[in-house]
Amino acid sequence: MIKTIWPPAPAVATLALALIPAPLAAQDTTSTAEEPARAEGFAEYNAKLLLTNAVSTIDGASGGGISNWATIAGRQESRGIGVQAHVTAVLLPDYFYQSHGVALGIADRVELSYARQNFDTQDVGAALGIGQGYVLNQDVFGAKVRLLGDLVYGDPLVPQVSLGVQYKHNLDGAVAAAVGAADDDGVDVTLSATKLFLSHSLLVNAAARLTKANQNGLLGFGSVADDDYSLQFEGAVAYQFSRRFVIGGEFRSKPDNLGLGEDDWFDLFAAYAPTDNITLTAAYADLGSIATFTGQRGAFLQAQVAF
Amino acid sequence: MLFTATLPLLLMQQAPAENVDWDAEFGVEEVARDPETGEIPVEPYEQSNANAGATPFDGEAMAAHFGGREGIRRIADRFTDLSFSDPRVAGIFAGHDEVRFRRTIFEQFCYILNAGCDYTGRDMRSSHSGLGSRKADLNAIVENLQQAMREEDVPFAAQNRFLAKLAPMSRDIVER
Ligand code: HEM
Repeated sequence: MIKTIWPPAPAVATLALALIPAPLAAQDTTSTAEEPARAEGFAEYNAKLLLTNAVSTIDGASGGGISNWATIAGRQESRGIGVQAHVTAVLLPDYFYQSHGVALGIADRVELSYARQNFDTQDVGAALGIGQGYVLNQDVFGAKVRLLGDLVYGDPLVPQVSLGVQYKHNLDGAVAAAVGAADDDGVDVTLSATKLFLSHSLLVNAAARLTKANQNGLLGFGSVADDDYSLQFEGAVAYQFSRRFVIGGEFRSKPDNLGLGEDDWFDLFAAYAPTDNITLTAAYADLGSIATFTGQRGAFLQAQVAF
Repeated sequence: MLFTATLPLLLMQQAPAENVDWDAEFGVEEVARDPETGEIPVEPYEQSNANAGATPFDGEAMAAHFGGREGIRRIADRFTDLSFSDPRVAGIFAGHDEVRFRRTIFEQFCYILNAGCDYTGRDMRSSHSGLGSRKADLNAIVENLQQAMREEDVPFAAQNRFLAKLAPMSRDIVER
Protein backbone atom coordinates (compact mmCIF):
# COMPACT_ATOMS: atom_id res chain seq x y z
CA MET A 1 0.00 0.00 0.00
CA ILE A 2 2.65 2.49 1.02
CA LYS A 3 4.58 2.87 -2.18
CA THR A 4 6.20 6.24 -1.81
CA ILE A 5 9.06 6.79 0.56
CA TRP A 6 6.91 9.31 2.45
CA PRO A 7 6.65 9.04 5.36
CA PRO A 8 10.22 7.82 5.57
CA ALA A 9 11.03 5.06 7.99
CA PRO A 10 12.81 7.34 10.46
CA ALA A 11 9.69 9.45 10.80
CA VAL A 12 7.53 6.40 11.42
CA ALA A 13 10.06 5.11 13.90
CA THR A 14 9.96 8.42 15.73
CA LEU A 15 6.20 8.29 15.71
CA ALA A 16 6.26 4.80 17.13
CA LEU A 17 8.77 5.90 19.72
CA ALA A 18 6.58 8.79 20.69
CA LEU A 19 3.73 6.37 21.29
CA ILE A 20 5.75 4.19 23.63
CA PRO A 21 5.08 5.06 27.25
CA ALA A 22 7.20 7.91 28.55
CA PRO A 23 10.01 6.12 30.46
CA LEU A 24 11.24 4.38 27.31
CA ALA A 25 10.95 7.40 25.08
CA ALA A 26 12.50 9.65 27.66
CA GLN A 27 15.89 8.09 27.07
CA ASP A 28 15.85 9.50 23.61
CA THR A 29 14.35 12.88 24.16
CA THR A 30 15.70 15.37 26.61
CA SER A 31 13.12 17.01 28.83
CA THR A 32 10.34 17.47 26.33
CA ALA A 33 8.06 16.00 28.97
CA GLU A 34 6.42 19.33 29.79
CA GLU A 35 5.66 20.35 26.27
CA PRO A 36 5.01 24.00 25.53
CA ALA A 37 2.28 25.55 27.54
CA ARG A 38 2.45 27.85 24.52
CA ALA A 39 -0.18 25.82 22.72
CA GLU A 40 -3.09 27.70 21.22
CA GLY A 41 -4.68 27.52 24.60
CA PHE A 42 -7.57 29.43 26.01
CA ALA A 43 -5.52 30.26 29.05
CA GLU A 44 -1.83 29.59 28.84
CA TYR A 45 -0.19 29.75 32.25
CA ASN A 46 0.46 32.47 34.76
CA ALA A 47 1.25 34.84 31.93
CA LYS A 48 1.30 38.02 34.02
CA LEU A 49 4.08 38.97 36.37
CA LEU A 50 3.27 38.37 40.01
CA LEU A 51 0.93 40.90 41.61
CA THR A 52 0.44 42.81 38.32
CA ASN A 53 -3.20 41.70 38.23
CA ALA A 54 -3.48 43.76 41.43
CA VAL A 55 -6.03 43.00 44.13
CA SER A 56 -9.77 43.64 44.08
CA THR A 57 -11.36 46.92 45.04
CA ILE A 58 -14.51 46.87 47.12
CA ASP A 59 -16.30 47.63 43.82
CA GLY A 60 -14.95 44.41 42.33
CA ALA A 61 -12.61 45.95 39.76
CA SER A 62 -8.90 45.18 39.94
CA GLY A 63 -6.91 47.82 41.76
CA GLY A 64 -6.08 48.55 45.33
CA GLY A 65 -8.58 47.95 48.07
CA ILE A 66 -10.36 51.27 47.65
CA SER A 67 -8.87 52.93 44.57
CA ASN A 68 -9.47 51.93 40.97
CA TRP A 69 -6.28 51.08 39.03
CA ALA A 70 -5.68 50.76 35.30
CA THR A 71 -4.79 47.09 35.79
CA ILE A 72 -6.77 44.24 34.25
CA ALA A 73 -7.88 41.34 36.46
CA GLY A 74 -6.64 37.77 36.08
CA ARG A 75 -3.25 36.27 35.33
CA GLN A 76 -3.50 36.11 31.52
CA GLU A 77 -2.01 38.27 28.80
CA SER A 78 -2.92 38.92 25.18
CA ARG A 79 -3.98 35.37 24.35
CA GLY A 80 -5.93 34.37 27.40
CA ILE A 81 -8.94 34.98 29.56
CA GLY A 82 -7.98 35.40 33.18
CA VAL A 83 -10.24 35.32 36.16
CA GLN A 84 -9.97 36.46 39.74
CA ALA A 85 -12.31 36.05 42.67
CA HIS A 86 -12.13 37.67 46.06
CA VAL A 87 -13.68 37.92 49.49
CA THR A 88 -13.23 41.09 51.53
CA ALA A 89 -14.12 41.99 55.07
CA VAL A 90 -13.78 45.36 56.79
CA LEU A 91 -14.13 45.40 60.55
CA LEU A 92 -15.17 48.84 61.80
CA PRO A 93 -16.12 50.09 65.27
CA ASP A 94 -19.80 50.41 64.40
CA TYR A 95 -20.20 48.35 61.25
CA PHE A 96 -19.17 45.14 59.57
CA TYR A 97 -18.62 45.27 55.81
CA GLN A 98 -18.28 42.20 53.63
CA SER A 99 -18.05 41.84 49.89
CA HIS A 100 -17.15 39.21 47.35
CA GLY A 101 -16.96 39.12 43.63
CA VAL A 102 -15.34 37.92 40.46
CA ALA A 103 -13.65 39.62 37.56
CA LEU A 104 -12.69 38.41 34.11
CA GLY A 105 -9.69 39.82 32.28
CA ILE A 106 -10.01 39.28 28.55
CA ALA A 107 -6.74 39.41 26.61
CA ASP A 108 -5.37 41.87 29.16
CA ARG A 109 -7.58 44.42 27.44
CA VAL A 110 -11.10 44.24 28.85
CA GLU A 111 -12.17 43.57 32.39
CA LEU A 112 -15.70 42.57 33.41
CA SER A 113 -16.42 42.48 37.10
CA TYR A 114 -19.17 41.83 39.57
CA ALA A 115 -19.20 42.40 43.30
CA ARG A 116 -21.81 41.97 45.97
CA GLN A 117 -21.50 44.30 48.94
CA ASN A 118 -23.12 43.61 52.31
CA PHE A 119 -22.95 46.31 54.94
CA ASP A 120 -24.10 45.23 58.40
CA THR A 121 -25.27 48.24 60.39
CA GLN A 122 -25.19 46.32 63.71
CA ASP A 123 -26.29 48.59 66.58
CA VAL A 124 -26.46 51.63 64.31
CA GLY A 125 -29.39 49.99 62.56
CA ALA A 126 -31.39 50.13 65.75
CA ALA A 127 -30.28 53.70 66.47
CA LEU A 128 -31.35 54.82 63.00
CA GLY A 129 -34.63 52.98 63.31
CA ILE A 130 -34.06 50.59 60.40
CA GLY A 131 -33.58 47.63 62.69
CA GLN A 132 -30.80 46.05 64.73
CA GLY A 133 -28.25 44.45 62.41
CA TYR A 134 -29.97 45.66 59.28
CA VAL A 135 -27.76 44.80 56.29
CA LEU A 136 -27.52 47.12 53.32
CA ASN A 137 -26.81 45.29 50.07
CA GLN A 138 -25.57 46.39 46.70
CA ASP A 139 -24.63 44.77 43.39
CA VAL A 140 -21.85 46.37 41.35
CA PHE A 141 -21.30 45.46 37.70
CA GLY A 142 -18.14 46.85 36.17
CA ALA A 143 -16.42 47.04 32.82
CA LYS A 144 -12.97 48.45 32.24
CA VAL A 145 -10.92 48.75 29.08
CA ARG A 146 -7.21 49.35 28.82
CA LEU A 147 -6.79 52.27 26.46
CA LEU A 148 -3.04 52.57 26.21
CA GLY A 149 0.29 52.04 27.85
CA ASP A 150 1.75 49.26 29.90
CA LEU A 151 1.99 48.92 33.66
CA VAL A 152 5.57 47.56 33.50
CA TYR A 153 7.05 47.89 30.01
CA GLY A 154 7.34 50.43 27.22
CA ASP A 155 8.03 54.10 27.74
CA PRO A 156 8.92 54.46 31.43
CA LEU A 157 6.93 57.68 31.62
CA VAL A 158 3.77 56.45 29.92
CA PRO A 159 1.42 54.74 32.36
CA GLN A 160 -1.18 52.11 31.63
CA VAL A 161 -4.44 53.99 31.21
CA SER A 162 -7.90 52.45 31.51
CA LEU A 163 -11.44 53.71 31.28
CA GLY A 164 -14.11 52.05 33.38
CA VAL A 165 -17.82 52.15 34.11
CA GLN A 166 -19.60 50.71 37.09
CA TYR A 167 -23.29 50.19 37.39
CA LYS A 168 -24.29 50.07 41.03
CA HIS A 169 -27.63 48.73 42.09
CA ASN A 170 -28.56 49.35 45.71
CA LEU A 171 -30.93 46.64 46.94
CA ASP A 172 -32.23 48.71 49.85
CA GLY A 173 -33.84 51.60 48.01
CA ALA A 174 -36.20 52.34 50.88
CA VAL A 175 -33.32 53.10 53.23
CA ALA A 176 -31.54 55.17 50.56
CA ALA A 177 -34.73 57.18 50.04
CA ALA A 178 -35.23 57.59 53.79
CA VAL A 179 -31.78 59.19 54.20
CA GLY A 180 -32.56 61.55 51.34
CA ALA A 181 -30.90 59.91 48.32
CA ALA A 182 -32.36 60.70 44.93
CA ASP A 183 -31.81 57.24 43.44
CA ASP A 184 -31.14 53.65 44.27
CA ASP A 185 -28.96 52.99 41.27
CA GLY A 186 -26.14 54.87 39.71
CA VAL A 187 -23.29 54.76 37.26
CA ASP A 188 -19.68 55.67 38.05
CA VAL A 189 -17.16 56.43 35.32
CA THR A 190 -13.47 55.98 36.12
CA LEU A 191 -10.28 56.94 34.32
CA SER A 192 -7.14 55.42 35.85
CA ALA A 193 -3.44 55.72 35.14
CA THR A 194 -1.05 53.27 36.79
CA LYS A 195 2.68 52.68 36.40
CA LEU A 196 5.28 50.53 38.09
CA PHE A 197 8.39 52.71 38.24
CA LEU A 198 10.87 49.83 38.30
CA SER A 199 13.86 52.08 38.92
CA HIS A 200 12.33 52.93 42.30
CA SER A 201 10.31 49.73 42.86
CA LEU A 202 7.34 52.04 43.19
CA LEU A 203 3.85 51.66 41.80
CA VAL A 204 1.89 54.87 41.43
CA ASN A 205 -1.79 55.14 40.60
CA ALA A 206 -4.00 58.13 39.97
CA ALA A 207 -7.65 57.92 39.04
CA ALA A 208 -10.59 60.22 38.50
CA ARG A 209 -14.16 59.13 39.16
CA LEU A 210 -17.41 60.73 38.11
CA THR A 211 -19.98 59.65 40.64
CA LYS A 212 -23.17 60.45 42.51
CA ALA A 213 -22.70 57.64 45.03
CA ASN A 214 -23.26 58.19 48.74
CA GLN A 215 -20.93 55.95 50.73
CA ASN A 216 -20.07 54.13 47.54
CA GLY A 217 -23.79 53.71 46.75
CA LEU A 218 -24.72 51.86 49.93
CA LEU A 219 -26.70 54.97 50.86
CA GLY A 220 -28.00 55.50 47.35
CA PHE A 221 -27.07 58.11 44.78
CA GLY A 222 -27.25 61.89 44.85
CA SER A 223 -29.74 63.69 47.02
CA VAL A 224 -32.88 65.63 46.47
CA ALA A 225 -30.84 68.79 46.97
CA ASP A 226 -27.75 67.74 45.00
CA ASP A 227 -28.24 65.26 42.19
CA ASP A 228 -25.24 66.20 40.06
CA TYR A 229 -22.23 64.14 39.21
CA SER A 230 -19.08 65.19 41.01
CA LEU A 231 -15.48 64.54 40.06
CA GLN A 232 -13.55 62.62 42.70
CA PHE A 233 -9.91 61.49 42.90
CA GLU A 234 -8.27 58.24 43.89
CA GLY A 235 -4.61 57.61 44.42
CA ALA A 236 -2.26 54.87 45.48
CA VAL A 237 1.45 54.44 46.03
CA ALA A 238 3.01 51.05 46.71
CA TYR A 239 6.58 49.93 47.30
CA GLN A 240 7.63 46.51 46.06
CA PHE A 241 9.78 44.69 48.61
CA SER A 242 9.92 41.49 46.60
CA ARG A 243 8.06 39.84 43.75
CA ARG A 244 5.55 38.68 46.31
CA PHE A 245 5.27 41.49 48.79
CA VAL A 246 4.24 45.13 48.58
CA ILE A 247 3.31 47.80 51.10
CA GLY A 248 1.38 50.90 50.16
CA GLY A 249 -1.16 53.55 50.90
CA GLU A 250 -4.34 54.71 49.21
CA PHE A 251 -6.65 57.66 49.13
CA ARG A 252 -10.17 58.07 47.78
CA SER A 253 -12.15 61.30 47.88
CA LYS A 254 -15.92 61.18 48.14
CA PRO A 255 -18.78 63.60 47.74
CA ASP A 256 -21.10 64.52 50.60
CA ASN A 257 -24.38 64.77 48.72
CA LEU A 258 -26.48 63.90 51.77
CA GLY A 259 -24.85 66.44 54.08
CA LEU A 260 -24.10 63.70 56.61
CA GLY A 261 -20.43 64.66 56.87
CA GLU A 262 -19.23 61.86 54.56
CA ASP A 263 -15.41 61.68 54.66
CA ASP A 264 -12.65 60.78 52.23
CA TRP A 265 -11.09 57.35 52.67
CA PHE A 266 -7.49 56.35 53.41
CA ASP A 267 -5.71 53.09 53.92
CA LEU A 268 -2.29 51.59 54.50
CA PHE A 269 -1.99 48.11 53.03
CA ALA A 270 0.29 45.13 52.69
CA ALA A 271 -0.29 42.58 49.95
CA TYR A 272 1.40 39.20 49.80
CA ALA A 273 1.28 36.47 47.19
CA PRO A 274 2.04 33.15 48.97
CA THR A 275 1.60 31.36 45.64
CA ASP A 276 1.32 32.58 42.05
CA ASN A 277 -2.46 32.39 42.28
CA ILE A 278 -3.28 33.73 45.72
CA THR A 279 -3.02 37.27 47.04
CA LEU A 280 -3.69 38.11 50.66
CA THR A 281 -4.20 41.76 51.60
CA ALA A 282 -4.39 43.34 55.01
CA ALA A 283 -4.91 47.03 55.53
CA TYR A 284 -5.63 49.61 58.13
CA ALA A 285 -8.50 51.63 56.71
CA ASP A 286 -9.80 54.99 57.81
CA LEU A 287 -13.31 55.43 56.43
CA GLY A 288 -14.12 58.47 58.54
CA SER A 289 -17.73 59.20 59.27
CA ILE A 290 -20.42 56.82 58.01
CA ALA A 291 -24.06 57.83 58.49
CA THR A 292 -23.00 60.34 61.18
CA PHE A 293 -21.07 57.70 63.12
CA THR A 294 -17.54 59.07 63.10
CA GLY A 295 -14.13 57.46 63.48
CA GLN A 296 -14.75 54.36 61.40
CA ARG A 297 -11.22 52.97 61.35
CA GLY A 298 -10.40 49.33 61.25
CA ALA A 299 -8.99 46.29 59.56
CA PHE A 300 -9.50 45.54 55.88
CA LEU A 301 -8.82 41.93 54.97
CA GLN A 302 -8.98 40.29 51.58
CA ALA A 303 -8.24 36.91 50.07
CA GLN A 304 -8.06 36.64 46.31
CA VAL A 305 -7.46 33.78 43.90
CA ALA A 306 -6.55 34.47 40.29
CA PHE A 307 -5.80 32.41 37.20
CA MET B 1 -1.70 -1.27 22.18
CA LEU B 2 -0.82 1.72 20.08
CA PHE B 3 2.61 0.24 19.67
CA THR B 4 1.21 -2.98 18.26
CA ALA B 5 -0.93 -0.90 15.95
CA THR B 6 2.07 0.95 14.56
CA LEU B 7 4.21 -2.17 14.30
CA PRO B 8 2.61 -3.39 11.05
CA LEU B 9 3.11 0.11 9.65
CA LEU B 10 6.76 -0.14 10.50
CA LEU B 11 7.05 -3.54 8.88
CA MET B 12 5.17 -2.53 5.74
CA GLN B 13 7.46 0.41 5.33
CA GLN B 14 9.66 0.08 2.31
CA ALA B 15 13.24 0.51 3.44
CA PRO B 16 14.82 3.64 1.97
CA ALA B 17 17.80 3.25 -0.29
CA GLU B 18 21.02 3.12 1.64
CA ASN B 19 22.60 6.11 0.01
CA VAL B 20 19.86 8.72 0.36
CA ASP B 21 21.17 12.13 1.43
CA TRP B 22 18.37 13.09 3.79
CA ASP B 23 19.64 16.60 4.32
CA ALA B 24 19.55 17.26 0.59
CA GLU B 25 16.15 15.53 0.37
CA PHE B 26 14.69 17.94 2.93
CA GLY B 27 16.69 20.98 1.94
CA VAL B 28 18.60 21.08 5.20
CA GLU B 29 21.55 23.37 4.95
CA GLU B 30 24.64 22.63 6.91
CA VAL B 31 25.43 25.35 9.42
CA ALA B 32 29.08 25.41 10.22
CA ARG B 33 30.00 26.70 13.65
CA ASP B 34 33.05 28.83 13.87
CA PRO B 35 35.74 26.42 15.09
CA GLU B 36 37.15 29.03 17.47
CA THR B 37 34.03 30.55 19.03
CA GLY B 38 31.63 27.67 18.48
CA GLU B 39 29.09 30.18 17.18
CA ILE B 40 27.04 30.14 14.03
CA PRO B 41 28.04 33.19 11.96
CA VAL B 42 25.34 35.84 11.50
CA GLU B 43 24.76 38.35 8.72
CA PRO B 44 27.24 41.22 9.00
CA TYR B 45 26.06 44.22 11.02
CA GLU B 46 27.57 47.35 12.46
CA GLN B 47 28.88 46.81 15.98
CA SER B 48 28.17 49.47 18.53
CA ASN B 49 27.40 49.72 22.23
CA ALA B 50 24.27 51.56 21.15
CA ASN B 51 22.95 48.14 20.02
CA ALA B 52 22.62 47.19 23.69
CA GLY B 53 19.45 49.25 23.78
CA ALA B 54 20.16 51.07 27.05
CA THR B 55 22.70 53.45 28.50
CA PRO B 56 24.95 52.03 31.23
CA PHE B 57 24.59 52.92 34.90
CA ASP B 58 26.92 55.52 36.35
CA GLY B 59 29.40 54.39 38.96
CA GLU B 60 30.25 50.95 40.30
CA ALA B 61 27.40 50.35 42.73
CA MET B 62 25.20 48.35 40.37
CA ALA B 63 28.05 46.13 39.16
CA ALA B 64 28.92 45.48 42.81
CA HIS B 65 25.32 44.44 43.60
CA PHE B 66 25.60 41.92 40.76
CA GLY B 67 28.85 40.46 42.08
CA GLY B 68 31.07 42.16 39.52
CA ARG B 69 31.90 40.57 36.20
CA GLU B 70 32.04 37.08 37.69
CA GLY B 71 28.60 37.43 39.21
CA ILE B 72 27.20 38.86 35.99
CA ARG B 73 28.72 35.90 34.10
CA ARG B 74 26.96 33.43 36.40
CA ILE B 75 23.67 35.33 36.09
CA ALA B 76 23.92 35.48 32.29
CA ASP B 77 24.77 31.77 32.14
CA ARG B 78 21.92 30.80 34.43
CA PHE B 79 19.52 33.06 32.54
CA THR B 80 20.58 31.42 29.27
CA ASP B 81 20.15 27.91 30.69
CA LEU B 82 16.74 28.74 32.15
CA SER B 83 15.48 30.43 29.00
CA PHE B 84 16.63 27.77 26.54
CA SER B 85 15.03 25.05 28.67
CA ASP B 86 11.85 26.95 29.55
CA PRO B 87 8.81 25.16 28.09
CA ARG B 88 6.93 28.46 27.99
CA VAL B 89 9.26 29.92 25.37
CA ALA B 90 10.69 26.69 23.94
CA GLY B 91 9.04 27.31 20.59
CA ILE B 92 10.82 30.65 20.23
CA PHE B 93 14.29 29.65 21.39
CA ALA B 94 14.38 26.31 19.57
CA GLY B 95 17.09 26.21 16.96
CA HIS B 96 18.72 29.49 17.94
CA ASP B 97 22.40 29.75 18.70
CA GLU B 98 22.77 29.25 22.44
CA VAL B 99 26.52 29.81 22.31
CA ARG B 100 26.15 33.21 20.76
CA PHE B 101 23.24 34.12 23.02
CA ARG B 102 25.24 33.21 26.13
CA ARG B 103 28.09 35.48 25.03
CA THR B 104 26.04 38.46 23.81
CA ILE B 105 23.61 38.47 26.73
CA PHE B 106 26.59 38.52 29.11
CA GLU B 107 28.12 41.42 27.19
CA GLN B 108 24.84 43.32 27.22
CA PHE B 109 24.29 42.85 30.96
CA CYS B 110 27.94 43.65 31.72
CA TYR B 111 27.86 46.77 29.54
CA ILE B 112 24.60 48.12 31.01
CA LEU B 113 25.75 47.37 34.57
CA ASN B 114 28.92 49.34 33.83
CA ALA B 115 31.17 46.40 34.67
CA GLY B 116 33.65 47.16 31.91
CA CYS B 117 32.45 45.36 28.79
CA ASP B 118 31.52 46.36 25.29
CA TYR B 119 28.41 44.95 23.64
CA THR B 120 29.18 43.40 20.28
CA GLY B 121 25.78 41.88 19.51
CA ARG B 122 22.97 43.06 17.28
CA ASP B 123 20.38 45.64 18.25
CA MET B 124 17.20 44.45 19.96
CA ARG B 125 14.87 45.14 17.05
CA SER B 126 16.78 43.23 14.40
CA SER B 127 17.73 40.34 16.70
CA HIS B 128 14.11 39.81 17.79
CA SER B 129 12.21 40.62 14.64
CA GLY B 130 10.17 37.74 13.33
CA LEU B 131 10.35 35.78 16.59
CA GLY B 132 6.70 36.61 17.22
CA SER B 133 7.22 37.22 20.92
CA ARG B 134 4.29 38.26 23.05
CA LYS B 135 4.23 40.07 26.35
CA ALA B 136 3.64 36.76 28.10
CA ASP B 137 6.94 35.51 26.63
CA LEU B 138 8.69 38.64 27.85
CA ASN B 139 7.23 38.05 31.31
CA ALA B 140 8.57 34.49 31.23
CA ILE B 141 12.01 35.81 30.29
CA VAL B 142 11.86 38.40 33.07
CA GLU B 143 10.94 35.69 35.58
CA ASN B 144 13.97 33.66 34.45
CA LEU B 145 16.21 36.68 34.89
CA GLN B 146 14.68 37.39 38.31
CA GLN B 147 15.41 33.82 39.33
CA ALA B 148 19.02 34.07 38.11
CA MET B 149 19.51 37.37 39.96
CA ARG B 150 17.85 36.02 43.11
CA GLU B 151 20.15 33.00 43.12
CA GLU B 152 23.12 35.40 43.08
CA ASP B 153 21.59 37.36 45.97
CA VAL B 154 21.17 40.57 44.02
CA PRO B 155 19.10 42.87 46.27
CA PHE B 156 15.53 43.20 44.97
CA ALA B 157 15.69 46.98 44.51
CA ALA B 158 18.85 46.55 42.41
CA GLN B 159 17.13 43.81 40.37
CA ASN B 160 14.33 46.26 39.63
CA ARG B 161 16.74 49.05 38.73
CA PHE B 162 18.33 46.73 36.19
CA LEU B 163 14.94 45.61 34.87
CA ALA B 164 14.06 49.30 34.49
CA LYS B 165 16.83 49.49 31.87
CA LEU B 166 15.47 46.46 30.01
CA ALA B 167 11.73 47.09 30.29
CA PRO B 168 11.53 49.83 27.63
CA MET B 169 13.09 47.38 25.12
CA SER B 170 9.67 45.71 24.96
CA ARG B 171 8.93 48.18 22.17
CA ASP B 172 11.52 46.41 20.01
CA ILE B 173 10.88 42.89 21.25
CA VAL B 174 7.16 42.32 21.72
CA GLU B 175 5.59 41.82 18.32
CA ARG B 176 2.04 40.75 19.03
C1 HEM C 1 14.24 42.86 27.59
C2 HEM C 1 14.29 41.59 27.31
C3 HEM C 1 15.32 40.97 26.38
C4 HEM C 1 16.64 41.26 26.23
C5 HEM C 1 17.45 42.31 26.97
C6 HEM C 1 17.17 40.38 25.20
C7 HEM C 1 18.48 40.37 24.76
C8 HEM C 1 18.95 39.62 23.70
C9 HEM C 1 20.28 39.68 23.15
C10 HEM C 1 21.40 40.54 23.67
C11 HEM C 1 20.34 38.81 22.12
C12 HEM C 1 21.54 38.52 21.22
C13 HEM C 1 21.54 39.39 19.99
C14 HEM C 1 22.56 38.90 18.99
O1 HEM C 1 22.62 37.67 18.74
O2 HEM C 1 23.28 39.72 18.43
C15 HEM C 1 19.05 38.19 22.03
C16 HEM C 1 18.71 37.20 21.11
C17 HEM C 1 17.56 36.45 21.20
N1 HEM C 1 16.48 36.67 22.01
FE1 HEM C 1 16.33 38.14 23.35
N2 HEM C 1 16.15 39.58 24.77
C18 HEM C 1 15.02 39.90 25.45
C19 HEM C 1 13.78 39.34 25.31
C20 HEM C 1 13.52 38.22 24.57
C21 HEM C 1 12.26 37.53 24.53
C22 HEM C 1 10.98 37.96 25.25
C23 HEM C 1 12.42 36.46 23.72
C24 HEM C 1 11.43 35.40 23.38
C25 HEM C 1 10.80 34.70 24.28
C26 HEM C 1 13.79 36.48 23.24
C27 HEM C 1 14.34 35.56 22.39
C28 HEM C 1 15.57 35.69 21.79
C29 HEM C 1 16.07 34.77 20.80
C30 HEM C 1 15.37 33.53 20.28
C31 HEM C 1 17.33 35.26 20.42
C32 HEM C 1 18.27 34.67 19.38
C33 HEM C 1 18.03 35.34 18.06
C34 HEM C 1 18.86 34.74 16.97
O3 HEM C 1 19.49 33.70 17.19
O4 HEM C 1 18.89 35.31 15.86
N3 HEM C 1 14.42 37.56 23.78
N4 HEM C 1 18.21 38.68 23.00
